[in-house]
Amino acid sequence: MRQLVVIGNGMVGHRLVEAVRDRDTDGTWHITVLAEESRPAYDRVALSSYFDGACEEDLRLPDLVRRGGVDLRLGEPATAIDRAGRTVTTRTGAVVGYDALVLATGSSAFVPPVPGHDLPGCHVYRTLDDLDAITASARDARTGVVIGGGLLGLEAANALRLLGVRAHVVELAPWLMPAQIDEGGGALLGGLIAETGVTVHTGVGVEAVEAGADGRVARVRLGERELAADIVVFAVGIRPRDELARAAGLEVGPRGGVVVDEACRTLDEAIYAVGECAQAGGTVYGLIAPGNAMAEVVADRLLGGTAAFTGADTSTKLKLLGVDVASFGDAHGRTPGALEVVLNDAPGRRYAKLVVSDDARTLLGGVLVGDATAYAGLRPLVGRELPGDPLDLIAPGREGGGIGVGALPDDAQVCSCNAVTKGALVTAIHDGACDVAVLKGCTGAGTSCGSCVPMLKTLLAEAGVEQSRALCEHFEQSRAELVEIVTATGVATFSELIARYGRGRGCDVCKPAVASILASLNGGHILDGEQAALQDTNDHFLANIQRNGTYSVVPRIPGGEITPDKLIVIGEVARDFGLYTKITGGQRIDLLGARVEQLPAIWRRLVDAGFESGHAYGKSLRTVKSCVGSTWCRYGVQDSVGLAIELELRYRGLRAPHKIKAGVSGCARECAEARGKDIGVIATEKGWNLYVGGNGGFRPRHADLLVSDVDHDTLIRYIDRFLMFYVRTADRLQRTAAWIEAMDGGLDHLRAVVVDDALGIAADLEAAMARHVTGYADEWRGVLDDPDKLARFVSFANAPDVPDPTIAFETEREQPVPAGPVTLGMPVRRPHAEV
Amino acid sequence: MTVLALDSGLTWIPACPADRLTPERGVAILLPDGGQVALFRTFDGALYAIDNIDPFSHAAVMARGIVGDRDGEPTVASPMLKQVFSLRTGVCLDDPSVRQAVHTVRERDGVVEVTVRPSGGTA
Ligand code: SRM
Ligand SMILES: Cc1cc2nc3c(=O)[nH]c(=O)nc-3n(C[C@H](O)[C@H](O)[C@H](O)COP(=O)(O)OP(=O)(O)OC[C@H]3O[C@@H](n4cnc5c(N)ncnc54)[C@H](O)[C@@H]3O)c2cc1C
Ligand code: SF4
Ligand code: FES
Repeated sequence: MRQLVVIGNGMVGHRLVEAVRDRDTDGTWHITVLAEESRPAYDRVALSSYFDGACEEDLRLPDLVRRGGVDLRLGEPATAIDRAGRTVTTRTGAVVGYDALVLATGSSAFVPPVPGHDLPGCHVYRTLDDLDAITASARDARTGVVIGGGLLGLEAANALRLLGVRAHVVELAPWLMPAQIDEGGGALLGGLIAETGVTVHTGVGVEAVEAGADGRVARVRLGERELAADIVVFAVGIRPRDELARAAGLEVGPRGGVVVDEACRTLDEAIYAVGECAQAGGTVYGLIAPGNAMAEVVADRLLGGTAAFTGADTSTKLKLLGVDVASFGDAHGRTPGALEVVLNDAPGRRYAKLVVSDDARTLLGGVLVGDATAYAGLRPLVGRELPGDPLDLIAPGREGGGIGVGALPDDAQVCSCNAVTKGALVTAIHDGACDVAVLKGCTGAGTSCGSCVPMLKTLLAEAGVEQSRALCEHFEQSRAELVEIVTATGVATFSELIARYGRGRGCDVCKPAVASILASLNGGHILDGEQAALQDTNDHFLANIQRNGTYSVVPRIPGGEITPDKLIVIGEVARDFGLYTKITGGQRIDLLGARVEQLPAIWRRLVDAGFESGHAYGKSLRTVKSCVGSTWCRYGVQDSVGLAIELELRYRGLRAPHKIKAGVSGCARECAEARGKDIGVIATEKGWNLYVGGNGGFRPRHADLLVSDVDHDTLIRYIDRFLMFYVRTADRLQRTAAWIEAMDGGLDHLRAVVVDDALGIAADLEAAMARHVTGYADEWRGVLDDPDKLARFVSFANAPDVPDPTIAFETEREQPVPAGPVTLGMPVRRPHAEV
Repeated sequence: MTVLALDSGLTWIPACPADRLTPERGVAILLPDGGQVALFRTFDGALYAIDNIDPFSHAAVMARGIVGDRDGEPTVASPMLKQVFSLRTGVCLDDPSVRQAVHTVRERDGVVEVTVRPSGGTA
């Protein structure tokens, strides 16, 4: 077996190992990876999402060791290369021999040598350790200054903002992102960034960073002016880490970078260099797509191939909330004879420029600011003949730049990060990839920067695979469309809705869905009039059906807080009615085994003792889990129990597309597991952090941070908006996690709607929630007070008091449980049972 | 409960007052032999009765299912695991190898009556 040593376990080093393992089916190479960082490789491109709810695990790249034949040595950097002996020495003194060596050492952040650059509180933005250090510094910081207004600097400024720090960006050039965009786009971008709350200073350089009395950063001096700063982040550029190569006598470029040829080989034929430490064709690329391409070339060469690296796509898209910027191809129009087509729509806050060849037939590049939806469609066209009038392609309101993916040739790269062509995607769809997730899984497209995902959706749609949005055979409309119809027309009954907008008589899919819509929009008791016939059995009997036809009783215990007296009542009721009793996963108590005809008597006792429905049966708010919080806990910084109870009482009974769960923790230790909930609230010293879209269940997902450090009233306002927006626009049985994932624009769009009121509907959403809160009434009390509704709670219409003879219990651990064999089952037709 | 012996050799029992049966909401009826039927009235006034025991879960719950139609065929969905059955024939539309017993129903003088023996489907 031959020995391959890879120095560096960053994104490109990782890709190289994967690519070799993919191709090396005969096991020719054993691979040793020497890694300076002590964590396994992670997605550096998505680094900023660390401040937006992602954790280290979310960012981690697939495990290399599991692939076999890989010795991954974390925290063991290489210190020297002996080319003559073909060995590498590591920090621990180990000497590793190689037949082939790949340098993938990446680059380091460049820190300009201004006075004070190394004071405590000064940071760079490159590794997870850097981000942890920034988080620690930001804890007591009020103002932060980012030096550098490029792609990275803007991401860093946004990170500071998410950490609750007022951010300034200082850029020496006259506009932001000068490397990628032109002056016209830069002017608009400056304004858009300023609107996010970041203060922009362009055309100025930093002279010095100055310390305060405590020895930490306090100010940044910009010529005449100075800015207060409790934290400083340098993001002015990168320097290839070519020190090992230099010491080993390999050639490096004038501005750094190990010089390599088309095979990515250095002048030593056993040594290759890839990624940001390499200089290929005179260029050091600071982007992932070229790095990945180099990794593929080297993997191919190591296995006897002849692949060559001849340059790569340098398109970029800014990943910042609410600010759309993209630049691709020859964005600055440097090709001789290039022509520019510009659309500068200041009031519409859009700037778009296409660079085309002198005959205006070939697309060379472009810049999009304010609205980059056309990016995914335009980028693959670079270097190709334009399908139409260039101006037409950037005209407003044309999804995907007016280009159907159909217009793209098969060899056009749809995903440039992972070099996936349209042809490969079409083949995968043809072979059965039926949604974006599967397509991502089998082609790798869309798994890096994500900007090609809209194209994946379009390809699926064009292949006719996209699933119909029709609710069921009775309604062509999606749930969200039905919400709009009901809102706009005031239709108040299912019969009228199906007569006017549907066909047939409905089914167990559309009836409960419409019942939920009518309940959330119009209020009223869910068993009133015709509505009763729409409810599935759980809502019908205000209890959850169990496998033997009995029901469970779950009284609401807001926040999980309960008095001893109420606990005793629950115990007495359970004992008197012979119910099995269990503490649920939602911090409350479930009484199981009640027969239909027992439910009213059980609930009479509970309602008299001050309990109300816990809606365990409804597609509505379940529980708001809490931790003990600051009242008792020595770490607590806010009253989490108080807030949990307030939230539970506020949103109880709200009918929604699916169940809603929430949690409130009193500090970052997160004992309430709030990030596993649809709504998670975590106390901070300054207020509350609001997370949304968490889920346990079939596909666990951590909630994403929506806003941080908001005060109580703002928090409630945002949750009101969030929930009502969900109620109005989600699909049937779509939890918030799936809703956000499927939303065009994802979390950023959601934040724009909820926080920035980008759609101008916030007041409307808040008013709808206010109506819900004032209109709330306990459903069980409503039944007990109404003889007509009570009449439904009988075993048999012709023998109301005879218990169902098929129900029998036996005793297990001193409690009654259903007797008889357990019939296991999931529904035959549908993949998941849902109740 | 009274058992009526009537025309065509079928044995009928009174199930419930006609106004107790609201459209698209079932009720369960206990039979003299301890069996149960699920009785339904659809939106157009038609009456149907099928065995109340869900053949998949063996729980006596069919009367609590949602009534509707599939391609025009009147249906009820089991509230347990959601399989859909034809109210006319008792056949499970999601698994045609399963068929629910069907009873005959009629309305007389404001009373709904069902036959005690199934008239179709499995006995
Ligand atoms: C009673 C309880 C288990 C327990 O003994 O602890 C329970 C019981 C059921 N769960 Fe659950 N879940 C219970 C907590 C949970 C939790 C934990 C939590 O809430 O903190 C989860 C994971 C968290 C989450 O939802 O994200 C959970 C995830 C599910 C799921 C999967 C949801 C998903 O999004 O993937 C289902 C199935 C569904 O809803 O489609 C489900 C469905 C059910 C159903 C309704 C299944 C059914 O069809 O009968 C069970 C009915 C219970 C009943 O009759 O009362 N249950 N279930 C818990 C009731 C909590 C409460 O007080 O209301
Ligand atoms: C915040 C941020 C956002 C970004 N956004 C984008 C984007 O949107 N699009 C895009 O295309 N690119 C983006 N990039 C750039 C992209 O992350 C890099 O191009 C890519 O990570 C380069 O991969 P690499 O493997 O060459 O270098 P790295 O990922 O830096 O990996 C090099 C690794 O080698 C290790 N190493 C160095 N010396 C040694 C040694 N002697 N021994 C052992 N190990 C060593 C380092 O510790 C490091 O772990 C972004 C970068 C950052 C920091
Ligand atoms: S989350 Fe914090 S405040 Fe709440 S119990 Fe845990 S440690 Fe205490
Ligand atoms: S283009 Fe970046 S993931 Fe596809």
